[in-house]
Amino acid sequence: MLLIECPHCGPRNETEYHYGGEAHVPYPQDPFQLTDQQWAEYLFYRSNPKGLIAERWVHSAGCRRWFNAVRDTVTYEVKAVYRVGDPRPSLDDHPAQTTTSTTSSTSTTGTSSTTPTGGTS
Amino acid sequence: MADLLPEHPDFLWHNPEPKSSYDVVIVGGGGHGLATAYYLASRHGITNVAVLERGWLAGGNMARNTTIIRSNYLWDESAAIYEHSLKLWEGLPEELDYDFLFSQRGVMNLAHTLQDVRESVRRVNANKLNGIDAEWIEPEQVKELCPIINIGDDIRYPIMGATYQPRAGIAKHDHVAWAFARKCDELGVDIIQNCAVTGFVQDGGRVVAVETSRGRINAGKVGLCGAGHSSVLAELAGFRLPIQSHPLQALVSELHEQVHPTVVMSNHVHVYVSQAHKGELVMGAGVDAYNGYGQRGAFHVIEQQMAAAVELFPIFARAHVLRTWGGIVDVTLDASPIVSKTPVDQLYVNCGWGTGGFKGTPGAGFAFAHTIATDQPHPLNEPFSLERFETGALIDEHGAAAVAH
Repeated sequence: MLLIECPHCGPRNETEYHYGGEAHVPYPQDPFQLTDQQWAEYLFYRSNPKGLIAERWVHSAGCRRWFNAVRDTVTYEVKAVYRVGDPRPSLDDHPAQTTTSTTSSTSTTGTSSTTPTGGTS
Repeated sequence: MADLLPEHPDFLWHNPEPKSSYDVVIVGGGGHGLATAYYLASRHGITNVAVLERGWLAGGNMARNTTIIRSNYLWDESAAIYEHSLKLWEGLPEELDYDFLFSQRGVMNLAHTLQDVRESVRRVNANKLNGIDAEWIEPEQVKELCPIINIGDDIRYPIMGATYQPRAGIAKHDHVAWAFARKCDELGVDIIQNCAVTGFVQDGGRVVAVETSRGRINAGKVGLCGAGHSSVLAELAGFRLPIQSHPLQALVSELHEQVHPTVVMSNHVHVYVSQAHKGELVMGAGVDAYNGYGQRGAFHVIEQQMAAAVELFPIFARAHVLRTWGGIVDVTLDASPIVSKTPVDQLYVNCGWGTGGFKGTPGAGFAFAHTIATDQPHPLNEPFSLERFETGALIDEHGAAAVAH
């Protein structure tokens, strides 16, 4: 059972949450301009890293709000949680801030270099 | 005392040093990789083959599954490949000259709601049209086939009937791997353990070699059978797969006398149970929700699965869990496998079998070997190409395949 820190409610059991898959996959600006391949990538292709992944969770049994987390898919350790709309924390640059504390993770300045591709151009 | 112990078996395969070059290199020494190598050698005469295994032979999902074999899938494409696989299973003990305890004790898929009943009857009809043995049975027949099951109406999800496939069953998974490995070895295939693939060498869009922890190995063709690690392998080769890797857990009880004569699966309360020849009750559940490569999952998933099992089988309340474990399953978004060519020439991929790969072992190996040998898909795996995600010709077995994958 994971202990996940909701940015709004604090640490709660995994069973209070539902998983939402990879974060930062925007709906295409103009779907009609996409090729079949790009549309397939938007619909069906998601990152599946062995290591850190930015992903969405919803606190179903709590505040019912969506938020994002960076988690290690090997150790399952939640490295950071942050609010929807905030950039992904660049944990590689700040190993000292790889805690689950909301204050340290939300104050981390993320960069676009870590934004996963959603298959949209 | 020593006299009473069985004689130590001869080793079933050699452990050769990798040669510098092979006609075909298979990445992944699990059931699918071994079956692919076996069919390459036995059906296509391609014996200059290496099977590279990062850890030990059949130590991944082949060692972790719940050994259920069935072919009662809804859609024609799935029915075709899984039924072909089941027919291969029926001949394999003789063909491989190895009694791996293939037991056609039947598989029952329970219905607990009106929606379940409708889906089940529809699937039975679809199966019959595809020549697959399937029948709808009423609760009393469920009880007849499996006397320990509770068909009372005083439980949360009473049993309203089931589909039943008599030819389905179980097999002893590790013996299956050893049977394939021994035959592969006899046919000249090199099985190379402790050999992790770290990269793919390409020349003009074509794969020419694999980099491994034991050096570079040149390859005419490369087939990926990496299961949960398929995405990692594809990334090394420079393309993406529509796969998400999830932990999937299972457990066994301590040994009991034989009480459970068939295999019972329930999609609705999500548990599946059989009893191994030795006597353990073998149970599996659904995947843990999140992506994971950790080969372990959360205990609340086990707890839920046990609750469902005890409600269906009241006598299990006295059984004790002996072991729980997890594997990594590669799930596609239409819950159907990918057995396909890839964007890289002479590089082929067999993955996406999700939670149901064991039953597909011979079928996957058969079709994948054909694809590798001829550079063309077999009619069985033609629908299971990577292109289907672009054309939209998905084979949506989510919820249709008797249990959710």
